[in-house]
Amino acid sequence: MTLLLMALVVTGLHAQTKSDLPNVTLKDLNGKNVNIAKLSNNGNPIVITFWATWCGPCIKEHNALNDVYEDWQDETGVKIYSVSIDDSRSTAKVKPVVEGKGWDFEILLDVNSDLKRAMNVSNPPHTFLIDGKGKIVYQHTGYFEGAEDELYEQILKISKKKK
Amino acid sequence: MFLSFSILGGLVAQAQDFIENAQVSGSFQTDAQYYMLDKGIGITDLNGKKLGINGFGKVNYTNGNFSAGMRFEAFMPELNGFRSELNGVGLANFFATYDNGFIGMTVGDIYDQFGSGLTFRTYEEWSLGMDNALRGARVVLRPAQGITLKAVYGRQRYFWAPYLERDFNADDYRGIVRGADAEWDLNQSIAALNESKFTMRLGGSFVSKKQADQSSFYNIPENVSAAAARINLGYGNWAFGTEYAYKINDPSAINNFIYKEGRALLSSLSYSQKGFGAVLQVKRTDNMSFKSMYTGKQNDLDINFIPPINYTHTHSLPSMYTYSTQPNGEMAAQLQVNYTIPKGTALGGKYGTKLAFNMSQVNDIVRDSVSFGNAMALNQPGTLGYTSKFFAVSDHRFFRDINFEVDKKISKDWHLTAQYINLYYDIETIEGHAGSPVVKANIGFMDVTYKINKKQSLRLELQGLWENEVHKGYEVEESEKKDYQKRGDWAFALLEYSINPHWSFSIADKWNYGNPVEEYRDHYFTGTVTYIKDATRVMLSAGRQSEGVVCVGGVCRTVPASSGVSLTVSTSF
Repeated sequence: MTLLLMALVVTGLHAQTKSDLPNVTLKDLNGKNVNIAKLSNNGNPIVITFWATWCGPCIKEHNALNDVYEDWQDETGVKIYSVSIDDSRSTAKVKPVVEGKGWDFEILLDVNSDLKRAMNVSNPPHTFLIDGKGKIVYQHTGYFEGAEDELYEQILKISKKKK
Repeated sequence: MFLSFSILGGLVAQAQDFIENAQVSGSFQTDAQYYMLDKGIGITDLNGKKLGINGFGKVNYTNGNFSAGMRFEAFMPELNGFRSELNGVGLANFFATYDNGFIGMTVGDIYDQFGSGLTFRTYEEWSLGMDNALRGARVVLRPAQGITLKAVYGRQRYFWAPYLERDFNADDYRGIVRGADAEWDLNQSIAALNESKFTMRLGGSFVSKKQADQSSFYNIPENVSAAAARINLGYGNWAFGTEYAYKINDPSAINNFIYKEGRALLSSLSYSQKGFGAVLQVKRTDNMSFKSMYTGKQNDLDINFIPPINYTHTHSLPSMYTYSTQPNGEMAAQLQVNYTIPKGTALGGKYGTKLAFNMSQVNDIVRDSVSFGNAMALNQPGTLGYTSKFFAVSDHRFFRDINFEVDKKISKDWHLTAQYINLYYDIETIEGHAGSPVVKANIGFMDVTYKINKKQSLRLELQGLWENEVHKGYEVEESEKKDYQKRGDWAFALLEYSINPHWSFSIADKWNYGNPVEEYRDHYFTGTVTYIKDATRVMLSAGRQSEGVVCVGGVCRTVPASSGVSLTVSTSF
């Protein structure tokens, strides 16, 4: 067991060639399948953020991101995928909540927490920044007022578009 | 010679691929609490438990279409409020999956669900100590665009109980679960519908458990099956979904060993457009508890999941009385409306104003005697139990929550969220406090955030809970005192100072100032420091924790009152 673990850790140190995104398929709000491993944004940064309709800090984070999203897109070409981990008790609420709050992100439904498990998310909100090659370059858990500024600094570091 | 070299070479190349194209990721979490005596809130004996620790570590390995993982868990011993059967250390979960898009195979511990879960759902919720993973095998086939077929087979996790039948004790016996599900997405299958405004998905599932009859008194069925059908329709801004499930007779400890069939219906209708969303959900369940161990209690070994449909509150006082699903039957409805008053209008201001309204109610189903002229009492073990008219709603109300929320960014630096909640909570049914009066309460909270500068912010939360009948001066018999431990009026205040992106400091006080019993009018002070760096979170808090219920997804655990220091460390890589 320990050997296997060590082997895994060692492999981890060497494993840097392919996309970090797992081979998990989720549905978007229109029922279309989206494979996370194949997400692309023409080499521009991608943000993946986990949330749920019942998670207060997540709603705050999303409201804050939504306020700046247009500017961020213009300046860096970033695209935000917002992954709802709502299960069957609240899946039907996701679209009305997203539209009712006027959010512009690409929404994905992780009804069975498959992506949450594959990306080792313990508690929402949890935000990942992915560069143009599919590498996770930054992640952050929790939300305090203004945390989006830190995220934006990280996006600017990897953005090809300059202001 | 050459042959052996080329074989070796091949192996090296393979090994290289195993290493170079692989990704390894994982996460760790430890929740520890040091318990202390605190006469003020009635903790005069720790029962020999000074320290509780819950921890897990998991590792995932992925290489192209192949992935594998494992989770190690340690409860040394478990935190108060978690089931004592968790006490122990071991490899709780492992799996290996190969999925090439056409076929997917998994062996090991499986988390999956069919439709909305009315017939099958296995999941894990760390904060509740809940894990009903199915250890066995799963095959997923996608023979054509838009068609998904699934089959699962295995036995469910029951704390640390062994999985092989020959190793079972009498009290950890559980059956084999077998299930199949089919889903057809017409828009993906039929080219003409690919870009249509009209969407349609159909699905059906069949699940059965095979259990041994261990009862000397009842004749327990050895095969119990359940089936469900579902449809999801969409047209433009409208969406409709419904699922209906049926289960044959399944006498169990939960339903008092009646031989009645089970039924469930879950429907939702929603309309959404930019700035406005509304959803109406209705649900009826009747005797739909489905477990792989017929003697199972609480949330043990659930094969299916009956979703509660009500608003999930997350703030301290609003979440004090959280509804949990009644497994033997309920009728529920929920309406939620979200609306954003646009920017630049009189009420919307510079940033717009977000409004939300939610109303949910849950009543009992109507039960009638199975014999003509009501000769036989309801719910007698060994009988058909009762009959129930499908659309009839009982006058017995379990729960109602009407709430209204305003979320407003006032200026660049100020943000306000406020909510009013009117609550009706039948504590006798939901928490089993026999004879306790219903909680009828008004609850209010506001959450104000002030951004001091780019890095620092202050957040103030004020909350109040006022009961209509049970408060100061309400007469409580000496013998019933214990049932009033958290009753009456409450006030709560929290002040948090955070420095982005790493630090947060908060102090809070929760005060049961209006408890009818004087000795319960306690303060629950806590102080918390949180440090976050990337995906690592360290949280240290000290103080008192009031008795309460922690719920995730309608599944709840009660947390006893405690006093002490707690530490949470979590990280992922």
